[in-house]
Amino acid sequence: MEKYAVYVPRLIQKKEKFAPGHRACIGCGEALAVRLAFKALGNNVIVANATGCMEIVASQIPNTSWHLPWIHTLFENTAAIASGIEAAYKVMKRKGRDVPADVKVVAVAGDGATSDIGIQALSGALERGHDFVYLCFDNEAYMNTGIQRSSATPFGAATTTSPAGKKSIGQFSWKKNVPEIAAAHNIPYVATACHSYPFDLMDKVARAAAIKGPAYVHILSVCPTGWRSPTDTVVRLGRLAVETGMFPLYEVVNGQYKMSIDLPELRPVKDYLKQQGRFRHLSDDIIEQIQERVELEYQKLVEKAKNGTKRAKRKSKKGTAKTSVR
Amino acid sequence: MTTRVGVEVSIAIADAVKLCNADVVAAYPITPQTHIVEHLAELVANGELDAEYIPVESEHSAMSACVGAAAAGARTFTATAGQGLELMHEVLYIPSAMQLPMVMAVANRALSSPLSVWGDHSDLMAVRDTGWIQIVVENGQQAVDNIICAFRIAEDKRVLLPVMVHLDGFYLTHVIEPIIFPEQGDVDKFLPSYNYPFPLNPDKPVAMGDFGPPFIYTEAKWMQEMNLRASKKVIMECWNKFGKAFGRQYLPVEKYHSDGASVLLLTMGCFSETAMVAIDELKAEGNDVGQIRLRLWRPFPFEEFRQAVKDADVLIVLDRAISFGGPGGVVASEVKAALYEQDKKPKVVSFVAGLGGRDITVSGFKEIIQKGIEISRTGSENEYEIYGVRE
Repeated sequence: MEKYAVYVPRLIQKKEKFAPGHRACIGCGEALAVRLAFKALGNNVIVANATGCMEIVASQIPNTSWHLPWIHTLFENTAAIASGIEAAYKVMKRKGRDVPADVKVVAVAGDGATSDIGIQALSGALERGHDFVYLCFDNEAYMNTGIQRSSATPFGAATTTSPAGKKSIGQFSWKKNVPEIAAAHNIPYVATACHSYPFDLMDKVARAAAIKGPAYVHILSVCPTGWRSPTDTVVRLGRLAVETGMFPLYEVVNGQYKMSIDLPELRPVKDYLKQQGRFRHLSDDIIEQIQERVELEYQKLVEKAKNGTKRAKRKSKKGTAKTSVR
Repeated sequence: MTTRVGVEVSIAIADAVKLCNADVVAAYPITPQTHIVEHLAELVANGELDAEYIPVESEHSAMSACVGAAAAGARTFTATAGQGLELMHEVLYIPSAMQLPMVMAVANRALSSPLSVWGDHSDLMAVRDTGWIQIVVENGQQAVDNIICAFRIAEDKRVLLPVMVHLDGFYLTHVIEPIIFPEQGDVDKFLPSYNYPFPLNPDKPVAMGDFGPPFIYTEAKWMQEMNLRASKKVIMECWNKFGKAFGRQYLPVEKYHSDGASVLLLTMGCFSETAMVAIDELKAEGNDVGQIRLRLWRPFPFEEFRQAVKDADVLIVLDRAISFGGPGGVVASEVKAALYEQDKKPKVVSFVAGLGGRDITVSGFKEIIQKGIEISRTGSENEYEIYGVRE
């Protein structure tokens, strides 16, 4: 373990693109995730940031945490802003203007800006096939405005607009599956990631940037303020979200699903839920309901990944056969 | 040699954008703007214009994509109308505040409900305070010329602001007019190649659109206001240069037999040309009438306007939009505000007409003017008169 601790930091880019000194809450998982993601992206990047926590905490005049060209305009239009930048670079390069080559436009948005108010702009940009990366940092509610529910808030979570009460279990709907929606656009790359798996996260972000065309990475970001959890459990909670199957890590590369971690058995969701104040009110019945749903969804995903592997094998077999005929 | 050709005004606008060698066009279809962007898409598809055409999924995204493109340093154009302009509304404040030059043609259209695809100035008036430079044109030639001027004004280093060119939907966009297209070489001379001073560029990072707390917001807005006001000088300089280069001169307040006339009619947009015929007829009948037209809506040309009306006794203002529950027409109320502190000022009579595509004929204008003169003498209980309504 000690040896590992000495070795690991050497694998990570030392230079910070998202510098310290910003105003994020103590133990902010999203700031950690942003920091890691941009370590993987290098210098040749333009950031289009939606309104939200990361924009508010890191850009107050006269300061900025961004060591990259950065633009923020509104809440719901970040994918469209990114489209414009990408198109501009494409045409300016073609017309021989003095602009750097191979610039990657990276959109940064929260779960509200992605799954609710900005989903139209996102869908449009993915469908049009712009060469850009969209990073959704999902802390599962509108944390910046004071923990209001979004469509990415998990079932049963208490937020300020889905409070638990005598007649309410908290969030009444199941978390919207935005990575699946992104994948339905048949874009070359979709992935889910979490800051608690830093190398996986950085690999995926780097892969997303390396691919030509639209890439979408959905990054679970633990929010101690909104999740009512201790600040020292941020990394642990991210791991539990993955190990319980609440937030599976996977990739969809050119339509082929691939699980990122092999989990022979899922941990009970209770292990994850019980550590967070937002789920404190849940009865065993509701927890059981969540358990069933999580298992079902996880199984569906595993099946897709299996089928993908089978198809890939069949394809390669066919390919071999053809070659042998020639 | 420049020749006069008969062409639909929408098509002519697209051709003007081509002459300006735009880099990015992001647009969403909406009547009556569609012919402009259709022709641009065609020009790009045929390789006649080397640009990126982004067929966005809404006007909100059209304006957002334009903001992104302009921030990256591209010469950017879009067009919209009515509801589309309203859907853009939130985004319109961004390029003006962030000093991102771009040009937008607005095919002025009424706003729902009831649904109307036809023209009036409801959309124009609703975006009054968005901080854009706003130019209003009356015919196809003016539209073409002012698209070219708009790029030059927007991109001037002393300005760096977005510019709207307003033209009436259908009445102007869909008519075929004789238009003189400037030669490409002359346009290239008039409109130098574009070099935005602070683009988004990894070689020299900038931060745009930061979070402005109360200690800085007022200063940011004041800077924006000073910049927009100061742009008038550059706009007039541009129009003068255009006049010298191409022989067609534009002014912030255009006049028609207005000097010395005791009764003036103020109009905006293509109905102005119908009004001119009415003025001619009334003059021939011995009436002392003239006309002024607001070419520059923002920044408002206070001096030129006050100068133009200083000798008149009556100023009849035609609005093609209603400020509901307010003073009636937006133009009339602005005009009244501009004149309030003046010692000598004409009596202002406010008319609203021509809503949702309803025509105002020559005899209609004559009637408006005559009724206006009468009201200036007798006074009226109403804040404004609505012309031609069936009560």
